[in-house]
Amino acid sequence: MTFAVPANLEAQLDELVTHYPQKRSASLMLLHALQEHFGYISRDAVEWTARKLGLQPINVYELVTFYPMFRQEPLGKTHIKVCRTLSCALAGSGELRTHFCSKLGLDAHKHAAQTTPDGKFTVEFVECLADCGNAPVVLLNEDLLPKVTPAQADEIVAKGKSK
Amino acid sequence: MPQEHRLILKHADQPGYTPDMECYLRHGGYDALKKVLALAPKDLPDGKKVSPQEQVREDVKSSGLRGRGGAGFSAGIKWSLVDRRSGKPIYLICNADESEPGTFKDRQIIHKDPHQLIEGMILSCWANDVKLAYLYIRGEMPQGAKLLNKALDEARTKNFLGKNILGSGYDLEIYVHRGAGAYICGEETGLIESLEGKRAYPRIKPPYFPAVLGLYMCPTIVNNVETLCHVKHIVNMGPAEYAKLGTPNNTGTRIVSLSGDVKRPGYFEIEVGKVTLGELINDPAFGGGLREGRKLKAVIPGGSSSKILKAGETFKLNRKGPDGQMAKVDVSLLDLPYDFDSLMAAGTMSGSGAIIVLDDTRDIVETLANLAEFYAHESCGQCTPCREGALWMSKALHRMTHGEGRKADADYLLHIAQNIQGRTICAFGEAAAWPVLSFVKKFKEDFETKGAADEAKAAAKH
Ligand SMILES: Cc1cc2nc3c(=O)[nH]c(=O)nc-3n(C[C@H](O)[C@H](O)[C@H](O)COP(=O)(O)O)c2cc1C
Ligand code: SF4
Ligand code: FES
Repeated sequence: MTFAVPANLEAQLDELVTHYPQKRSASLMLLHALQEHFGYISRDAVEWTARKLGLQPINVYELVTFYPMFRQEPLGKTHIKVCRTLSCALAGSGELRTHFCSKLGLDAHKHAAQTTPDGKFTVEFVECLADCGNAPVVLLNEDLLPKVTPAQADEIVAKGKSK
Repeated sequence: MPQEHRLILKHADQPGYTPDMECYLRHGGYDALKKVLALAPKDLPDGKKVSPQEQVREDVKSSGLRGRGGAGFSAGIKWSLVDRRSGKPIYLICNADESEPGTFKDRQIIHKDPHQLIEGMILSCWANDVKLAYLYIRGEMPQGAKLLNKALDEARTKNFLGKNILGSGYDLEIYVHRGAGAYICGEETGLIESLEGKRAYPRIKPPYFPAVLGLYMCPTIVNNVETLCHVKHIVNMGPAEYAKLGTPNNTGTRIVSLSGDVKRPGYFEIEVGKVTLGELINDPAFGGGLREGRKLKAVIPGGSSSKILKAGETFKLNRKGPDGQMAKVDVSLLDLPYDFDSLMAAGTMSGSGAIIVLDDTRDIVETLANLAEFYAHESCGQCTPCREGALWMSKALHRMTHGEGRKADADYLLHIAQNIQGRTICAFGEAAAWPVLSFVKKFKEDFETKGAADEAKAAAKH
């Protein structure tokens, strides 16, 4: 497969670049947009971004490896980020993540992001999501879910399976 | 009766209040902007002229506003340090990275009243001759970023932003920039590097004070979301009226994020110093107390990086006696006024205004292990003491929470933490060391008992 950025997306990205006096500043915004479109940041996406911004590929690659939100392999369609940090942990987020893992046949002892073999789910522990008053919190794709119960977790899994 | 005083969040939770421009305008939105644009230069008795911008900068200084992002530094003084003679553009960045564990106040503003933030930014930019500003929002707030972009578009259509704002001749553009999941982007020089498209490696100060050498090596102001919102109210109320809110040297209101072991976790806006820590935790207007049958064990008073306070502790605070003289008085933990100076006098800080409450069912070692894992994960890795130390502390605590503790671990943890603080490029070093130092010092028995028990168990096996 060849890597191709659709023209309308490229136009959006070109507009983003104009927000900055120095092109390099647009790196994170471009990577976000490419990841949203392609699902992850491939080698080609890194090289494309570097060309677009007049950088060396390493300048872009080092961002992908530094910032936790950027991924180098495809993610599950339903992306479940469970908050690991203190207030959520006090409210049972550890058990909640274990619940997701066991429902989905993932290894609860692994902290890093795990994707189910069918590519439907990614489960991951993340740090404080800035909604600690509603612990335990889950970021489900782009939606922040407050006070998540095991029953809600089951619903999320059921919905994700039918997608 | 202690109660909330809502200034920033006055409208946010009212039924029918929406984040769009029309609603904001119906509630007096952008009046402060119109007010400053109509200001005339002031003539001083000595014949000098004070520009309208300078007047607003003076007002922010005399209002006593202190930064709500963590350090509590005077906003007016920060602005006065900006190098205005360099001939380079001045930039302003709104720090909306909100990632200090326990903190969820900026989220309320961004999601419920984004125009208030934008107006606060426009005012602050105007007062500092800023023509280009950025709103750096953490990557995990995608909805917030969308709301802000929409609000900025609306502000552009009304010419509150863009060229020749409301015919004043002043040009300003503000753009949203998204982070991508790294806590260190909240540190202002890390944030600047990130905005330049690099890894968020904090810069060493000196020489890289943002006020002189910030974004693109130009003078730069970095302020927290809540801080910038206050500027609007200082303009609207006037600095003297504003300074009547709160307590001396701790003026205005601030939004407190309360989480952990209370019945009613949530955010509460209070006059700074007018409500005590005990009231925030126990009063029905605030946290509503601990769950039935539970007792207070400890309080983390200003975000996870602040030093923990133990139930029953007392502190020496300066108080004015009946004779009008300042004297040191004993103040108990729950009677501590929630403000910058009292928390500092108690050996900790009000930081980001985030209180995490721990009850007597909580294991102190496990609690610290949770926080240590956060710092080990989030160290940017530039400084050896921070990168290695944070990881060693986390590993030792992991061991302790998995039945392999040692009695000597308490001192080992203190030793590592002491060798991080003061030896790093940025204050993350302190942020990682302080929880460990304070937890272990105040709850040493818990650590030593656990370690000794594990050692005894291990010895019995052999
Ligand atoms: C490790 C670290 C993390 C920080 N995170 C944040 C943050 O998430 N949000 C914030 O506003 N300030 C944060 N700060 C404080 C900023 O560096 C900076 O002082 C602040 O944005 C200044 O704004 P203020 O003066 O309005 O408070 C952090 C500081 C450090 C050392
Ligand atoms: S103290 Fe830690 S986070 Fe700060 S620059 Fe050094 S390694 Fe990075
Ligand atoms: S600790 Fe989970 S959202 Fe803050």
